[in-house]
Amino acid sequence: MLLPSTLRRLLALTNNSKALLPLRTLATVKEETIKEKYDIIIAGGGMVGCTLACALGKNSVMSNLKILLLEGSPNQTYQLKPEYSNRVVALNQNTKSLMNSLKIWRHIEKARLQPVRYMQVWDACSDALISFSSSDILDDDIAYIVENDLLLHAVNTELASTEIENLKIVYGAKISDYQLSKSDNKTATENIVKMSNGDVYACELLIGADGANSAVRKAMGVQYLSWNYDQMGVVATLHLAEETENTTAWQRWLPTGPVALLPLDNSRSSLVWSVWQDEAKRLLKLSDEEFVDAVNDALWKQYPRSKGVEACVSWMSSCLRKAGLPDGAVRQLPPSVRHITAGSRAAFPLGFGHSVRYIAPGVALVGDAAHRVHPLAGQGVNLGFGDVKDLTDLLADAIYTGYEITHHSWLEKYESSRQRHNVPTQIAVDALHRLYTVDLPPIVLARSLGLQLTNALHPLKKMIMSHATT
Amino acid sequence: MALTRRIIKNYWLKNVLDSPKLSKSLTVNALKNENTTVKDEEIKKFSIQNEDWWSLNGPSKALHSMNEVRIPLVRDGLVQFPAEKRNPKPLKDKKILDVGCGGGILSEALAKIGAEVTGIDASKNLIEIAQKHSEENKRLINKPKYLCSSVEEHLNDHKDHYDGVVASEVIEHVDNKELFVKSCVSVLKPGGRIFFTTPNRTRAAQILGICVSEYILNIIPKGTHNYDMFITPNELSFLLERNDCHVEMICGLFYNVLQDRWSFVKPQTLVYAIQAQKTK
Ligand SMILES: Cc1cc2nc3c(=O)[nH]c(=O)nc-3n(C[C@H](O)[C@H](O)[C@H](O)COP(=O)(O)OP(=O)(O)OC[C@H]3O[C@@H](n4cnc5c(N)ncnc54)[C@H](O)[C@@H]3O)c2cc1C
Repeated sequence: MLLPSTLRRLLALTNNSKALLPLRTLATVKEETIKEKYDIIIAGGGMVGCTLACALGKNSVMSNLKILLLEGSPNQTYQLKPEYSNRVVALNQNTKSLMNSLKIWRHIEKARLQPVRYMQVWDACSDALISFSSSDILDDDIAYIVENDLLLHAVNTELASTEIENLKIVYGAKISDYQLSKSDNKTATENIVKMSNGDVYACELLIGADGANSAVRKAMGVQYLSWNYDQMGVVATLHLAEETENTTAWQRWLPTGPVALLPLDNSRSSLVWSVWQDEAKRLLKLSDEEFVDAVNDALWKQYPRSKGVEACVSWMSSCLRKAGLPDGAVRQLPPSVRHITAGSRAAFPLGFGHSVRYIAPGVALVGDAAHRVHPLAGQGVNLGFGDVKDLTDLLADAIYTGYEITHHSWLEKYESSRQRHNVPTQIAVDALHRLYTVDLPPIVLARSLGLQLTNALHPLKKMIMSHATT
Repeated sequence: MALTRRIIKNYWLKNVLDSPKLSKSLTVNALKNENTTVKDEEIKKFSIQNEDWWSLNGPSKALHSMNEVRIPLVRDGLVQFPAEKRNPKPLKDKKILDVGCGGGILSEALAKIGAEVTGIDASKNLIEIAQKHSEENKRLINKPKYLCSSVEEHLNDHKDHYDGVVASEVIEHVDNKELFVKSCVSVLKPGGRIFFTTPNRTRAAQILGICVSEYILNIIPKGTHNYDMFITPNELSFLLERNDCHVEMICGLFYNVLQDRWSFVKPQTLVYAIQAQKTK
C-alpha cells in the first residue's frame, strides 16, 4: 500500500510538468527488499555480455558506475586441451581491434587462433566461384578462427587480471522476472530484476545480452521479426587428409545449404554445415566413418547441372578472360577429410531474428538478443561486438556530456547506428540463403553470373569485404 | 509563394496583435541608458514564462534539447581529452560565465560536468527561478552561482576572470551589440574562449525561425524574437576580431522539430555557433 503522503507526492508530480526528480516506479517492490542498486545490470554473460562488461568496466568515464553482470550458467574453469572445441567463430578485423583495445586479444593469441588468409566460395550447381585473398583485398588477415570457450576465457582472464572494482559478476544467476522502467517526460525510472532465490536488484540501465531467446526483449514487449530456417548447423572438428598451411576458409553452396570448413591448425578444420532438419538428425546418427564420407561428398560430389547454365557460365568466363579480368578458373581444390574428433558432432537450430526496437526507456539490447543471422557469412557474433563498441562509446559520451546513461537521445543514437549496420547485413545474409537453397536453372544461372562478375570486379569485392569486417 | 507569404504575414500580424505577452512588453517604457546592453522590453518578454522554463516539454523545450550541442561545443572548445583519459567532470576547475543564463538550463548542465559556473541575467525573476531550481536539484552537487546583473556591471569586478564565456541565444535580444561583445570579451582571461549561439539574419531564419516556430508550430513562445535584431556570422566575427579575439570556428546548428534534436551542420542559414579565443 502506498502511504498517503507518497501518493500525494506522486500525484503532485504527475500533475506538475516541471517534475524535478524522475518519478520512481509505482513500486510494487518496496525499497527495503531491494538487495542492491546498480547503475547498469547486464543480463546474460555470453561472449557479447562478458565483453560488454569488460568494455564498460574499463572505460574511464564510467569508473564511477556500479555494474552487475548476471550469467545463468555456473563459472566454468577453463583448460586449454589439445583437442579443439567444436564451437568456433570467425572474428573479423573490427572485432580484433575491439579485443585489442580491451587487451583481450593478447590472451587469445597466447593460447591459439588461426588466421584466415584466403577464402573460396563456390557453387555446386555451376562452375561459378568467388575468392577473397587477404593480400589483395585488405592487406591483412580476412578473419580469425577462435573457439567460443577460449574467447570467453580470454575475456574472463582480462577481467580477473585488471582491477575493475566497479564490476560485480554473479554466476549461476536465475532471473525470474523483470519489471522495466517506465518513461516519464523522457526520463527513465528504475528497472527491477528479480531472481528466483528471492534477491531483488534495481538498476538505471538494463542491458539484455541474453541471447536469441532474450527474456529482456520479451519484457520490453517489442515487435520481433523472426523465422526458422528449418535448418540446423551441424558442427564437428575435422582432421584433414593432408597437412598444409591451412589458412583457407572453404564454403561450398549445396542446394541444401552451405558447407563450410574453417581452419584450426595445419591439419584440422572446423565444420559448419547447414542442412534441413531431417538431414541433420540423420547426419548425427551416422557412424564416424559414414559421416566423414558424407562430408567429403558435400565438398567434392558432382551435382546434376543444367546444360544451359554450364554454357552461359563458360561463355561469361571467356568474356571476362578477354577483358583481362579474373575468370575464376584458377581454383584451389578443397581438402579431403580423413576422420573426425570423436564426440565433436553436434547440431544447432538456425534462424533469423530482428528486434524492431533495440531500446526502451532505460533498457538496451545487444548481440543475439537484438539480432540473429544464419551463420553462412560468419557474421553473428561480430555484429554483437559491433553493438558492444557503439553502446560503450555512446554511454561514455552521454556521461562526458553530463547526461544520464539512460538519456533517450543517446540510446536512440545507439539504436539507429546499429540498425543501420546490422539490418542490411541480416537482409543480405538472408537473401543469400534464399538464393542458394534453390536449384532452378534460371536462378542458378543468375546467381552464378552474379558471383562471377563480383569476383571479377575488384572494387565490388573490396566493398563486400569492408562491410563484412565492420 | 505569394500566397504562403501572405498567410505567414497574416499569422504574424494576427498573433503579434493578439499576443498578450508581446503587447504587454510593447507598453514597457524602455529606459534609455547608453551604458547598458540590456533592453527592458526584451527582459520582460522572458520573465513572463516563469516556471515553464524547466518543463522538458514546455515552451523552453528546444533550449533543453539544444544542450546536446551546446555542451559539446563549450566542452570541446575548452578541454580536449583523448578517449581513454575522459572522466565525468571534464570542465573541473574551469570558470565559466553564462551570460543571459535565463532559468539556468545551460548553467546547470555545465556545472554538472564540473565547471564553476556563474550565471547572470538581467531579469530578477529568471534568476530566482534558476536559483530555486538549482537548490531543489538534489542530484546537482556543484551548484552554479546566479547573479541578477548585466555583463557590463559584472565586468566591474571580474575583468580577465573567466576561462570561458557563453552567450547562448542572447545577443539577438541585445541592442548595443558592440558594447555587449566588448564586455563579454573583457571578463575573459587572455587565452580564454568565448562562445555564441544565435539565429542568423537571413530570410530562412526569419520565416522558419520566427514565423513557423513561434507562431505556427508553437515550438518557442510567441514574441521571443525580433528579426531586425539578429546578427550575421560575419558581423559577429567582425565584432570579435575587433576585440582582440581570434575566431576559431563557425558552424551551423539545425533543429529537427519532429525529433526535438539539434545537430551541427554546414549551412549557417538558420542558427549558428561561433567560437573565438581571446588573444591578449
Ligand atoms: C552453428 C553456429 C555457428 C556459428 N558460427 C559463427 C561464426 O562463425 N561467426 C560468428 O560471428 N557467429 C557465429 N555464430 C553465431 C554466434 O554464436 C552468436 O552470434 C553468439 O553466440 C551470440 O552471442 P551472445 O552473447 O549475444 O548470445 P549467447 O551466446 O546466446 O549468450 C547468451 C548468454 O545469456 C545467458 N542467459 C540467457 N538467459 C539468461 C537468464 N535468464 N539469466 C541469466 N543468464 C541468461 C546464457 O547462459 C548465455 O551465456 C554461429 C552460431 C551457430 C548456431
